[in-house]
Amino acid sequence: MDEAQGYVLVTALALPLLAAGVLLFVPGTQKMTARYFSAVIGAILLGLSVYVFLAYQASGDPLQMQLRWPWIENVGFLAENGISLHLGVDGISALLTLLTGVVAFAGTLIAWKLEYRAKDFFILFWILIAGVYGTFFSLDLFFFFFFYELAVVPLYLLIGIWGSTRKEYGAMKLTLMLVGGSVGIWIGIFAVVHQAGAGSFDLPTLWAAGQDGTITPDMQKIIFPFFVVGCGVLAGLWPLHTWSPDGHMSAPTSVSMVHAGVLMKLGAFGIIRLGIQLLPDGAEFWMPALLVLGTIGALYGAIAALTQRDFKLISGYSSVSHMGYVLIGLATLHEVGVSGAALQMFSHGVMTALVFLLIGALYDQAHTRDLSDFGGVAKVMPLWVIAYVMAGLANVGLPGLSGFTAEFHIFVGAFRTYPVFGGLAILAAAIAAAYMLRMFGVVFFGPLNPRWKELKDLSPLETVSAALLILSMLAMGLWWSPFTDRLANTVTSLPGVIS
Amino acid sequence: MRDFTLFIPEYLAVGAAVAILAVELIWPRIRKDYLAYATAAGALGWLIAAIPYIGDSAGDFEGVLLTDDFTTYFRILAAGIVMAIALLSAHYMRNRTTTAGEYYGLLLVAGTGMVLMAASRELLTAYISLELLSFSLYILVGYLKRDRLSNEASLKYILLGAFSSAMLLYGISLIYGVTGTTSYEGIAEALDARAGGTDPAVVVGIMLIVAGVGFKVSAAPFHMWAPDAYQGAPLPITAFLSTASKAAGFALILRLFTGALVVDAVEWRAAIAALAAITMTAGNLIAIQQTNLKRLVAYSSIGQVGYMLVAIAAIGYGNVDTAASASSALLLHIVGYTASTLALFAALTAHYNRTGDDSIAGLRGLAETQPFLALVITASLFSFAGLPFFAGFATKLLLFQASTSNGLLWLVGLAAANSFVSLYYYLMVMRQMYLFDPPEGQTRFRPAPLLGALAGLLLLGVLFIGIYPQPVFEATDRAASALIEVSAWGLVPLP
Repeated sequence: MDEAQGYVLVTALALPLLAAGVLLFVPGTQKMTARYFSAVIGAILLGLSVYVFLAYQASGDPLQMQLRWPWIENVGFLAENGISLHLGVDGISALLTLLTGVVAFAGTLIAWKLEYRAKDFFILFWILIAGVYGTFFSLDLFFFFFFYELAVVPLYLLIGIWGSTRKEYGAMKLTLMLVGGSVGIWIGIFAVVHQAGAGSFDLPTLWAAGQDGTITPDMQKIIFPFFVVGCGVLAGLWPLHTWSPDGHMSAPTSVSMVHAGVLMKLGAFGIIRLGIQLLPDGAEFWMPALLVLGTIGALYGAIAALTQRDFKLISGYSSVSHMGYVLIGLATLHEVGVSGAALQMFSHGVMTALVFLLIGALYDQAHTRDLSDFGGVAKVMPLWVIAYVMAGLANVGLPGLSGFTAEFHIFVGAFRTYPVFGGLAILAAAIAAAYMLRMFGVVFFGPLNPRWKELKDLSPLETVSAALLILSMLAMGLWWSPFTDRLANTVTSLPGVIS
Repeated sequence: MRDFTLFIPEYLAVGAAVAILAVELIWPRIRKDYLAYATAAGALGWLIAAIPYIGDSAGDFEGVLLTDDFTTYFRILAAGIVMAIALLSAHYMRNRTTTAGEYYGLLLVAGTGMVLMAASRELLTAYISLELLSFSLYILVGYLKRDRLSNEASLKYILLGAFSSAMLLYGISLIYGVTGTTSYEGIAEALDARAGGTDPAVVVGIMLIVAGVGFKVSAAPFHMWAPDAYQGAPLPITAFLSTASKAAGFALILRLFTGALVVDAVEWRAAIAALAAITMTAGNLIAIQQTNLKRLVAYSSIGQVGYMLVAIAAIGYGNVDTAASASSALLLHIVGYTASTLALFAALTAHYNRTGDDSIAGLRGLAETQPFLALVITASLFSFAGLPFFAGFATKLLLFQASTSNGLLWLVGLAAANSFVSLYYYLMVMRQMYLFDPPEGQTRFRPAPLLGALAGLLLLGVLFIGIYPQPVFEATDRAASALIEVSAWGLVPLP
């Protein structure tokens, strides 16, 4: 059964790549073909992702659906199983797989509107999605890094070609910062694989080497910052987050959705995979520092969002703030806190994808994102406002929506380990309420600016896409046991995590 | 033993060279691209003739030349490169010269020089083989005789090349003075038999040799000739310079350093590590400011030489196992780098044949006018930068990983950081192609079928090595173990 399920992972990984390959041969003028084709692929991927999540067993071995194909072995310094396409999911990656399926499908529907070089867009989009799936599935360090890089690189073109405000600057800054970060990961990989001395990139083998001290505790303390800085850039770790607002501001809607929704999670996921699991001694030593940075990020992002006037900048900084929570949750190294971090990754993923979807829907018509240009939008775009309010309330952590479930776990975890930081995190949530309500007041209510009389409400595709995301938020907010049950086993199996 | 059958493939190559020269003498008005196809056919024959030598027991020619899997590996590489370059040149040279016999003949001779460099187990033979390659290149670089840049390039290359040859020879004579022999085996034994301690003559000799071969592979600070030679040379020769001449240099370095000098590794390993660090940093930083594509490639290839030198440093710091895995990974990286460079130049030549513009800005809007060429250029640049799916990702990662030891982690880290720097200037090239619209009046065009097919084939090679390097890695592993078998570790047990 396990291996048969592994083929589901292979399919989810290969399908977007195949889609990109097929699209390469579709003539650029056949836009509708590219769109329908991508929508079908997106739907299948959503189905596969839901299956992976549901089929994941809450009990038993946390690593499930494993599949191993030998790739490069017994040559050079590589021993048996040196590099293998070793796929599998644990509770955290199963949850993030679900997130990827939801956001990717929603993003495909939103990209429907795109007219300029639509086919090329979808090619890059599917390469990016393949990279995301691959990173979540890989249990081999070589392929982990392979897919991690694969997810980052298409962004340059996706933003550079289809972006808006200062797109070249945003694209270059983002690419250089993210790839610059991965230099740290690269160096860490060299050190870890060399120290483990097994001639293998297999992650479970390396995890064992990290836990039994083959990778010496001193070395772990040296390598850990390399991994965390490398992954932290992508996770929006303060003070390395500066690409995020600029990048979001320039990116086209569906790229922003996938980027803030899924890609930033790759960074946090990397901290779990390469930091906590691979270098437990390093993690124990450095986590207080990460906690401080995460808290600063949460507060800084919230305060910065309070002062912004551009929709996308507000969401960009709010993402920095929410990813700060994720880091706080991870840094507690407490069962509840780490679960909360994983929940927050999902929650923030769907919520922020929804927000960017809505901003895109407005911007496409209004061609401005300045808050003060708007007013009384609720009168002309009721559906849009309802969806935005849902997202905003999830953002501030209203019970019944996913944000509450996630943040509650994080706060509990933080209070049990570092109460002061728990208090600061709650303060950040209060500021989040302030910037959200301020925006609601300015944009949604009040007198309608006559300039916006002609604004149209969400299109059917946007409605479907938004409904899917709202449904995910509600699911986690109202009935979270399917989520927390699947996480519990994995989180307690992480080395160094206290319960 | 004088076994003349060991070099049948090279007789074929040189025979083809002579035949091509003769054909043009007899029939001066022959279409010049026919000569290119004849050269490619000759190189193909050369390659096929080399195949039976794979896995064949090592053939020793008087202790001077050795045909083992290592030599065979470079044979196949050389024949492949010459074949690709000949096809690249077909259209380009036809439009630019009236006599091309010498051009194609010298191409084959240069390839032969490369094989002999890989086969040499003796200093003077190695030197002569190196000069065979270099002299052919001096002429090839200046082949466009009405072009001032080409002449300037050739002159600079000759002067600096002669200077470096002198240094190399001086180094060789010092080593000979100390050890009384020029054979690698003899040198290793003599160095090992010394009473110990640092011998100034040996250190100076080794440093002069390092400087001499450093010139040939254009390691900084001996790289000054490279950008000018690359810029002035005919485009296909630029490709040849950045593939064959570097691969040959490393073949010689690997043979010499593992075969003879590794006995005194303490004397040179720090210098090689420093050379690697300076080379990659200088190459990548200077590349950022380039506006001419050929110069950009020149500096980027200097950066690549820095990465390759990391493996040589690792051999100096490591034991026999490190040496085997580092040389194997280096050979793998060389194949990946060669395939990427040739793919890049196939696309650039197709573009240049149409526009005659070799500036970076000249690529503006290529994604609109010729998406396929833009794709090939992107793929090869991404391969240089080490991004996934392309050869560079796997080969660079394996190269650096194989070279990692506790003492060299700094160098490997620097190499990773340098890869990141290189991504910036590769993105600047991509930016021209993808982010801007083509200039007024430029419309969609089709590349010449030959170049298009060649670029496509090489692109497949780049992808293959990037995604599934196992078969190639096994081949380089065999070459590396042949190399290690005759290394000084086999002759004198090292600590």
